[in-house]
This record gives sequence, C-alpha cells and structure tokens, in this order.
Amino acid sequence: MKLTRRDAVAALAAVGATGGVALTARRVDKNSTDSDGEWDEGLPDEETVRASMTAIATVVYPDEVSGVETFVERFLDGRLDGSGHAEGVHAAVAELDDAAHSWHGGPITELPPEDRDTLLKEIGADTAEEDPNGTLAERVRYYVLNELLLALYTSPTGGELVGLENPQGHPGGAASYQEGPQ
Amino acid sequence: MTGAEMDANEAVDGNGQAVRDIDRSPVTNADVCVVGAGPAGAIIADRLAADHDVVVLDAGPRFDPSDRLDRQERAIRPSYDQPDVWDGGGERDAHANSGEWFYPLNHARVKGIGGSTLHWQGMVMRLHEADFNSGEQRGVGPDWPIDYADLQPYYAEAERELGVAGASDNPYAPPREEPHPMPAFEPSYSDSLFADACENLEIDMHSVPNARNSEPYDDRSSCIGYGTCQPVCPSRAKYDATVHIERAEEKGATVIDRAPVQRLEHDADRVSAAVYATPEGDEHRQEADAFVVACGGVETPRLLLLSDSESYPDGLANSSGHVGKFFMDHLFAGAGGVLDEPTRQNHVGFYTSASDQFYDDADEEFAPFKLEFFNYAGPSPVSMALTGDDWGNELLDRLREGYGNHVAMGGLVEQLPRSDSYVTLDPDRTDDHGNPVPDIHWNVGDRALRTIERANEIQQAVLEELGANIEWVAGPDATGPAYHHMGTTRMSAEPENGVVDPDCRTHDLDNCWIASSSVFPTGGAMNPTLTIAALALRVADDIATRA
Repeated sequence: MKLTRRDAVAALAAVGATGGVALTARRVDKNSTDSDGEWDEGLPDEETVRASMTAIATVVYPDEVSGVETFVERFLDGRLDGSGHAEGVHAAVAELDDAAHSWHGGPITELPPEDRDTLLKEIGADTAEEDPNGTLAERVRYYVLNELLLALYTSPTGGELVGLENPQGHPGGAASYQEGPQ
Repeated sequence: MTGAEMDANEAVDGNGQAVRDIDRSPVTNADVCVVGAGPAGAIIADRLAADHDVVVLDAGPRFDPSDRLDRQERAIRPSYDQPDVWDGGGERDAHANSGEWFYPLNHARVKGIGGSTLHWQGMVMRLHEADFNSGEQRGVGPDWPIDYADLQPYYAEAERELGVAGASDNPYAPPREEPHPMPAFEPSYSDSLFADACENLEIDMHSVPNARNSEPYDDRSSCIGYGTCQPVCPSRAKYDATVHIERAEEKGATVIDRAPVQRLEHDADRVSAAVYATPEGDEHRQEADAFVVACGGVETPRLLLLSDSESYPDGLANSSGHVGKFFMDHLFAGAGGVLDEPTRQNHVGFYTSASDQFYDDADEEFAPFKLEFFNYAGPSPVSMALTGDDWGNELLDRLREGYGNHVAMGGLVEQLPRSDSYVTLDPDRTDDHGNPVPDIHWNVGDRALRTIERANEIQQAVLEELGANIEWVAGPDATGPAYHHMGTTRMSAEPENGVVDPDCRTHDLDNCWIASSSVFPTGGAMNPTLTIAALALRVADDIATRA
C-alpha cells in the first residue's frame, strides 16, 4: 500500500503544524535554548533531521507500505516549522545520532535497518512512555518514534492498513461509519 | 472569530500562559453581569446583549480557535491527560474529595470561554415529563416546581440555538412541537448489527439528538469525522458555547476572560458587584443591575459560599441552608465485547442509536435509565500504536488483531439527591487566589446501584444475542460519573426548600439568577445541557421582563 504526499497532508490536517500553544507549552527543556529563545547551535541541520527521520521510518513502518520517503518529507514540511516542537525533534534526533555513532560507529542514515531497529531498543524507546520533557528514551519516543507512528496511523492509508479508512484525527467525513466492511 | 482571539500580541505570565494585551477593566453602567461563559451564560448574554449592556466574566482563558488541531493532538497522544487538552488543572483548579466516591472534577469540566461544551460529547435529549415530577410519579425525590410544559417551548428554542440533528422516531421521547432543526445522523453499521439482536429481544432502537451539524448550520460546517468529539472538535461542527459568546460580542457584550470572580458583594436584598481578579494581579468590581451566576454545579455553590457576609453568614442566597447540597451526577452503566466479524468502530466519536424503552419504568426501586449503542467500542488504532512496545510489521499485526471487532453499549442512570452528597469549601486548601477550594463530597444510593445492575442485565442480554464474547461490564463496582454535575442550588417553590425560585431567581436576592444544572431538583437520566440551555433562555426572558 503506497503512502502519498496526500496522506502526509492528511496527517498534517489531523495533528496540525506545531506552532500553536498547545504543544509548545509543555516543552520546557531549557538546555537546548539560550536566553534569547534561540536554538542551540549544536543541533543538526534540517536536512540531517529529515534524512534521519526517514531512515527511522523505514524501520518503524510496516513492509506493506511504500513511498515512505515522500510521505515523511511532506509530513515534516509541516512539523519542522521553527516551533518548540520542531526543536524537540531536532534535539531528539541529535541525541539518537550521537548514540548511533557511539554504539554502531556511524550516523543513523548509514546504519543498516537492523542496526536502526536495535538502536531504538538500546535507547529504550520501545518500553518508554512518551514524554516531551522526559528522559532521552521518553523524548525519542515522543519526538521520533511516536511522531512517525502518529503521522502514519492518522493518515487514510495508515488507517486502511488496519481496516479503518477514517482513523481518529483524520477528517474523513461522516459517511464511512455507516458502511459495512468491503 | 473575535478580534481578541486573533490577537497575536501576547506577553507570557509566570505560568507560561499567554496574557492577552486586552482591557480587563469593568464596564460602566452595566445592566447585566454574567459570571461564567459556558452554555448558560453565553446564551443569556447573547439573548440580552442587543437591548442591554452585558458583561461576561470567566475564570478561564479565551482559547485561540487556531489551536484546536494542536489540542486534538494532545487528545490523541498518551503523554497528555484529559485536563491537559484545555489547559485544566493546577492550583487554579485544585479541589478536594471527602466523599465515599471519588469525583474527578477536572476531567469533568473546562474553564474558559465556551466552558465544558468545549470538551462535551454533544448529546442533547429533553428530560421526560415524569422527570419533573419524580416525587409524585415515581414516589421518590422532590418534584420540580415547573413542569415539562413550562419548558417545552424553550426546549424547541434551545434546539434551534444549539443546532440539533435529530428525528421524531423515538416513541419514548416527550412530546415535540416541531421537527429538529437538522436531520438525524444516519445509523452506523454497528447499529445495524445491534438492530437484529434488539429485534429478537423486542428492544426498540431509535435515533439520538446530537448538537452536531449533520448539514451546514449556523455558518458552521457539517461534521467531517475527526472522531475526537470528546474532548475537542476541530471543525466546530459540534456546538460549543463560543458560538453564543461570539454572537453576544457582535451585539455589543463585553466578555472578559481570565477574570475569576472572588465574591459577590451585596446587601440583604441585592447583589451590587462581582469582585474579580485579573492575570495582571489587579482586582476589580463589576457593578450591574442584574447578576447571573452560571458557573456549573460546583463553582456556582462555591462562589455563593465564598460570598458569605453578616446578612448571609452561611453563604450568599443560603437562607435555606441548601447551597451546595444534593450534588448529583449520572452514573455510567456499560458492557462490551468482541464479535467474530468486523464492526467498523472509531470512525466518529458520537453515537447514533439509543433505547429509551426502559426509561419511564422508573419507580421507587429503580431509577430512570437510557441505553446507548456505541460507535467507538474498543481501542483506536493510533492510540494502540503510540502506547505499545513494538513497531513495523509486529505493530501492524497487533493493530489488526486488536482493532475491528469490538462492540459496546453504554447507559446513564439517575442518582437521587442525597443529603450526604454535597459541595462545600475545604478549610485546609486554597486556590491560586487564596480562596478555599471546593470539596466534592459525592455519595450514591442503592436505587442507582440497583438500576446499574438492571441496565447491565439488558446490555449483556443484547450482547449475548448478538453473539459477542463479553469482555467487560461496568457495573455498580466499576461505574463512574458522566461529568454532569447537578443539584447544588436546587429550584423550589418555597424559599425554605431551595435556593432559586421557579424562575431561577434566588429566593433571597431580587437581582440574582442562577443558570446552571445546579438548579435541577432531580437529574433524570438524560444528558443535561439541552435543559441547561432551555432554562437559560427562560432566565433571559425573565430578566428582560423585569429589567
């Protein structure tokens, strides 16, 4: 089942861009901002973040979906918007990349898929509960793993994988609930 | 959308919350001061604003409509609790629970412009005729001092004001005078599965009235199926009280957010001013000719108790001693399970079929109750995805295993007013302004618990007839409140028996009305907001007549 730019736009319609007060209000990690509210200079550039998120997506999305790169790129167009949430994504990717270098000898984007999978588990993202202000594992869970899963499973194609073409968060109309299984 | 909502010029206070650069000073020569910008206060403000100088004070913020998708993300993501969606909780909303039953107050309300309609599900039934005469017809509880007929025209008006999608296919509903403003939502696929089982058991199913647009209405779109109605509707197809606040402002009303009223100043016969705080640390006095307290079933009695004086040592408008007494909610009864076939759940966040067949069987032993057929049984796949310890193919397998064949029924049960169920002030804890917090002392009696068991029996019979493997039952030991707080400033004909008269004007004070479910002498088992709206329209008429 192919993920499309349209799916990504739909996922953005579901969760929105990130500049609003609702999400940024919880981000209080002051380590990554200076007194002017600017981001730390040490954070990776957007190209690195996009490539890393796409690399992780190829591991955490099921094999049945294709078009992952286009989908993630388009989704991140709306999420990497200079907001506090976007900063959290940058920071979590940076720390995950540091761990990739330390434990596997290279950046996320150059690790084979099985090492990317292992890396997420070594960080503890599989058992952590998401928390934008929590431990590294909890932040990776929030800003990387769940960010990508949220995008997929609020999109029409992600919903259809499970048999729900109008998943929660997606404005898929008020007709599908009346229809029986195909 | 108002100008204030779009104001991007914001400072930030010590809590990291935006402080809008707006004037929060009192309105001079106000005719009416409304405390609380939920549905009751908003409707009254809108109704009176064209011909009166109206000011509305609310303790909570004015939420930016453009943030609703972010709030929806909060609703979906597991790291946010329900009060987080609308910035609830904290010192402002602190409360105590001294009753035998825990009451999760901050899950049950939203403070801010729009009030709890921002997070409600939007079900809008009329109370039944017998609900107004429980003592006479069921042998328990007090009668209301008004009848269904007194409220009937206001119910019709309230349905137009909120925008209700409904049909006249419910043989158990009280008499109607005209069709609903919009057609009912069509039954769901899972309703069709329930229909066969109910047919076999001779249980009647019918549509339910939704305060949600089934077609464009009142310059708001029809429902587009976000599926997160409770706690947030990004499309505004679900009614919330910002609709009436915006209308009131267009007519000239002044709405001041983040202005918690600390006390009502008064003499023996009249309220003279509402004293409110502002985020800037100021305290103001809003004078007016008439006052409406519309703060819900908890904050309404709290404000009256906080306004005690030499004239009213036990709390304002409390000569009867009834302020805060007889706190009630509806009790949830439910059961659910799985079928061996797809049931198509979680496309929308509201239900489309119900059964009121057993409602008017109520008597001394059994309370009225209604039954609901859910369209959102079982887990939502995205919620499952965000909380597991797997990803990739393994996660997809788990989602396919866990989603798709759930069914569930819910129901609401009336609880009677009880002297040991009440709201008072906690002497040991104060809020962010130094005022004692509300103490919810909630207790539920045997009649309600028996009725939950009765509802469970029917629900399980239906599920068994459907062929479901029943996985859970929410019975007397697992029930909880439906977040409909009622009954704490009871309406009564005689001053010694309640706080407000049949016009919802306080017995004690000539210029003070209460518009809230707090005036309900009994609660029935129907969601209360349509009745709140109908009473609010009636209050507005009364104020206009006397002004």
